[in-house]
Amino acid sequence: MPLELLDAPGLQENQKEGLWTLNFGPQHPATHTTLRLVLQLDGETVVDAEPDIGFLHSGFEKLGESLDFNQYVTIVDRMNYISPLANEIAWHHSVEALMGIELTPRCKYIRTIFAELMRIHDHLLCTGTCVLDLGGATAFMYAFNEREYIYEICERASGQRFHTSYTRVGGLLYDVTDDWIAMVRKFCKNFPKAYRDFAGLVMKNRIFIERTKGVGVLSKEDAIAGGATGPVARASGVTRDLRIDEPYLAYDDLDFDICCARGGDCYSRFQVRMMEMEQSLKIIEQAIENLPSGPIYNEAYGKTGVPDKTEVYRSIEGLIHHFENIMPNRQMNVPVESFYASTESPNGELGYYIVSDGNFKAYRARTRPPSLLHFALFKRMIRNCMLSDVVAVLGSINIIAAELDR
Amino acid sequence: MASEVKKQLGDNIFLTTLDAAASWARANSLWPMPFATACCGIELMSTAASRHDLSRFGSEVMRFSPRQCDLMIVAGRVAMKMLPVLQRIWMQMPEPKWCISMGACACSGGVFDTYAVVQGIDRFMPVDIYIPGCPPRPEQLIKAIVDLQEKIKSGGTINAREFALRDTAEGPTRFDEDELIRIRERNGLKLDSPKYDPVH
Amino acid sequence: MILEAPQAGSDLQELLLKTFPGIAQSWSSFQGQQRVIVPASQVLEFLMGCRDTAAFDQLIDLTCVDLLEMPGAVDRFEVVYFLLSVDVGSRLIIKTYLNEPDLTLPSATKVWFGADWLEREVYDMFGIIFEGHPNFKRLLLPEEFVSFPLRKDYPQQGRGERHNFPVITRSQS
Repeated sequence: MPLELLDAPGLQENQKEGLWTLNFGPQHPATHTTLRLVLQLDGETVVDAEPDIGFLHSGFEKLGESLDFNQYVTIVDRMNYISPLANEIAWHHSVEALMGIELTPRCKYIRTIFAELMRIHDHLLCTGTCVLDLGGATAFMYAFNEREYIYEICERASGQRFHTSYTRVGGLLYDVTDDWIAMVRKFCKNFPKAYRDFAGLVMKNRIFIERTKGVGVLSKEDAIAGGATGPVARASGVTRDLRIDEPYLAYDDLDFDICCARGGDCYSRFQVRMMEMEQSLKIIEQAIENLPSGPIYNEAYGKTGVPDKTEVYRSIEGLIHHFENIMPNRQMNVPVESFYASTESPNGELGYYIVSDGNFKAYRARTRPPSLLHFALFKRMIRNCMLSDVVAVLGSINIIAAELDR
Repeated sequence: MASEVKKQLGDNIFLTTLDAAASWARANSLWPMPFATACCGIELMSTAASRHDLSRFGSEVMRFSPRQCDLMIVAGRVAMKMLPVLQRIWMQMPEPKWCISMGACACSGGVFDTYAVVQGIDRFMPVDIYIPGCPPRPEQLIKAIVDLQEKIKSGGTINAREFALRDTAEGPTRFDEDELIRIRERNGLKLDSPKYDPVH
Repeated sequence: MILEAPQAGSDLQELLLKTFPGIAQSWSSFQGQQRVIVPASQVLEFLMGCRDTAAFDQLIDLTCVDLLEMPGAVDRFEVVYFLLSVDVGSRLIIKTYLNEPDLTLPSATKVWFGADWLEREVYDMFGIIFEGHPNFKRLLLPEEFVSFPLRKDYPQQGRGERHNFPVITRSQS
């Protein structure tokens, strides 16, 4: 692949002397997947950075046009692969909003618990790898150890550690059992200590603070005009959180705070993520104590939702129910409309714009990717930073290449 | 007598203890080059983390520079924009080197049968071990490394001459039947020989 | 300059109607979401008006839909803008229609610079050209790619581009 000198627009001709180009290629030592940056350097200072993406473009949106609403959840999982269930919840939130389906309270609470577990999962990886890239391997190990417990919780609910494909239109794949509830309670008991260990290693660490304070500053106006949402925007002073402003699932009944910061630099983004983990734990504790009993699927809609497999194999009604869901001409009715719905995923506002033509398959399923808009802001954040700050800034904005490229 | 036996068997039996010693040393210190593109990359990181510790098996460091590694683990789907990069990095690795294709996407394209994902890196690169799964559990990756260690110990040579025998492409053909039909159906698309040549 | 704080629903409609009287008949709503259809020639003006008078300071997304296989569609490409007002929280969806061969629109980067990469992606996937864009080229696919994959007449498995690479054997490497 040829290395081209990508001309940065706006750079004066006379400033170009003395600058040298460094290719921070698609394969690079920072643990942030396949993206390429062509940096123009003046000594150690980065004068300009031109990103080149698309190295993981897999045609997700084209696949959305050939798989139906229950099948596409397996693909959507693989977009933000650090918090897979958050994508599934967002996808089915959009589908259910389009079709006007109401969830049962139990389903809402379970999805809320998973959304918050995934928020902790994502923030642990983001902060862990950010610290690893800056040289602190111990904190990375601590963060990954905690994530293993969350993998076990996902595995108990759905059978897979990762890429659970757990939600379905109008409900979930399987109901949760008592030992799952016990596992979540155990996680809630053990997480605060691990969090304190991790935070204690990093938050007041002088080396970490010097490498991240004042680095990669994003002002509030730039964040809003550039389309930033989620922790990146909240760290710049935008006080907007979809869980409170446009509540969905069970967030109306639960009590928690929005975490914001004013600095807009890497350290603020890190702080916002750490605070959000504490708030997520609070939400999980409240939700698991008040978990309502009842069915997963709303009986008002009749034969919707995936039936229990024991019923499918043992009774004729179960078999009919299964066929009603699988046969292409007998599935649920979908209005011929287009709708956009979004949720607060750990990375920002993850929304799906679904255009439907009446079938149980999307005519167009567009993902609104938070990482794409954040990476487009990278150029503004990296002005006058040094070469070693590139890694710190890349880590703090949590770019996930699969969501970036789709 | 010994030379007649050796002439009949040819290079299939490695009779030197030097080969065995070299293979033992190489197998127990495989340093991986993590070519982690997508979700399998996270499972690779989990395998290297503290619970399923990969460095127990000799993979002490994950160097990101190809010049210092001898095992390339391709973890994740390879898009068509990334394949030339993958080939170039493979060429940059010094001998002896092995390749593990981790996950369904690297082995065969996985769930992504789309215009942008290469349906299996073995169409374009030599692969030694395949790991199915989406993503494969860390225990599967550890089993694959153990299998690779067995493969190296049972057939490795000190001057890496077993690799020179593999001179044909081992994976499926470049284009599938239905792809050839679609290419022919589209008028005016002439498939030239590719301009990018990583070998020379 | 904000005239008054917009609320969702009819207040928002009234506010925008004061500046753009022609949009009254193309306003619709589905399950609480407000949509308006704007002709392609007036899109940039309308977007600027939304930002200045109705305080929509964030562009959430910009995408396109190919209506080739949609029964009952009149035009081929529908470009959709999603706006959000951060302080108040109101949202608006703006749709505009394009047909071949005239697939050009003015670039929205003058209004919100976040539209930069979103427009490049729409060009990459559908072939819509945005005039006045600072760095207009493909975003996700390689430069040499000639087709526009998300159009409905492009097959999902592609036309052989994904496998047009040289093969390396073990003895060569």
